Amino acid sequence: MKYRLKIHVSLKLGHSDPEGETTARLLRELGYKVENVSVGKVYRVLLEADTTKEAERKAEEMCKRLLANPTKDDYAIVVEETK
Amino acid sequence: MKRADIKICLLRVGGTNCDAETKRSFEALGAKADIVHVNELVKQRNLIEYSALVFPGGFSYGDYVRAGAIWAKWILAKLGKDLEAFVDDGRPILGICNGFQVLVEAGLLPAFEGVSQQPEAALANNVRGYSCRWVYLKHENMDKCVFTWKVPKGMVLRMPIAHGEGRFIFPKEKEKEFLKKLYDNDQLVFRYCNGDGEYAEGGFPENPNGSFHDIAGICNPEGTVFGLMPHPERAFYWWQQPDWTSKKRMQEYGDGKLVFESLIDYLERKG
Repeated sequence: MKYRLKIHVSLKLGHSDPEGETTARLLRELGYKVENVSVGKVYRVLLEADTTKEAERKAEEMCKRLLANPTKDDYAIVVEETK
Repeated sequence: MKRADIKICLLRVGGTNCDAETKRSFEALGAKADIVHVNELVKQRNLIEYSALVFPGGFSYGDYVRAGAIWAKWILAKLGKDLEAFVDDGRPILGICNGFQVLVEAGLLPAFEGVSQQPEAALANNVRGYSCRWVYLKHENMDKCVFTWKVPKGMVLRMPIAHGEGRFIFPKEKEKEFLKKLYDNDQLVFRYCNGDGEYAEGGFPENPNGSFHDIAGICNPEGTVFGLMPHPERAFYWWQQPDWTSKKRMQEYGDGKLVFESLIDYLERKG
């Protein structure tokens, strides 16, 4: 079965986020009352797996092995079955 | 080992740079240096024939995911055992710029308790974006690092940096603990400073990327694996400095030579 994974990798709180800070500054220049911007990455993965549980486990493994560096990154995983 | 028998492996992959300058630096000191594409190394499985390994600078695999991450995980998957044997045998590994990012992502640095499964540090995006400039570095290592043992402690060196992701950080909750480990194990090698040797204390442009504790380069607890963001091969000759013609005293070599010389002399003495 094929599963759609949405893996969201974002910066852990406490680390400075130059991209977010620069974006926030410009949004304020454009007139928005922006307090804070945090920038992350989304990986959309189409994965072959037998069960939802297995797909989740594999996604977690992908984060640990490649997609996130635990020093600075948090990650969130959403798994959807394809129809 | 005789100098002429020393053979250095300079790895290459799509997006690496300055491999030619690095090769020339080693050859100027009388050692041999081969530029080897990683696919060739995977095919030949002959890493152990080399006296030392260098991951050069650049933007391997387009810096996708995180700078150095893809190359690090790729090489662990394909050559993990060979690399482990190389490190266990005490053979030196140097990571310059992108190479430093690879060593951190591969868990070879700081490697407090040996090679780590997951990175214990990160080289995050610079506080002020991509930066290409000459910086000053203060040598902090006592005598552990085989790439700087010829550099007196406290000496100020000048080299260029050129990167967008060089902000060395530890996990926030472990900053103090890990910094203490760096000092206790004599793993700190270079810190950013000004021309007089005063630490940058995070100030731009002396600290060009916002690195924690002004860290520019560290080694593993054994001193055999060393990574730094600045490019020593771009400061090998005196005339590589942008303002060399206005210098009062002319010399033949720049400060980067000390890194290559330290390694070659170490290998020569090691036998």
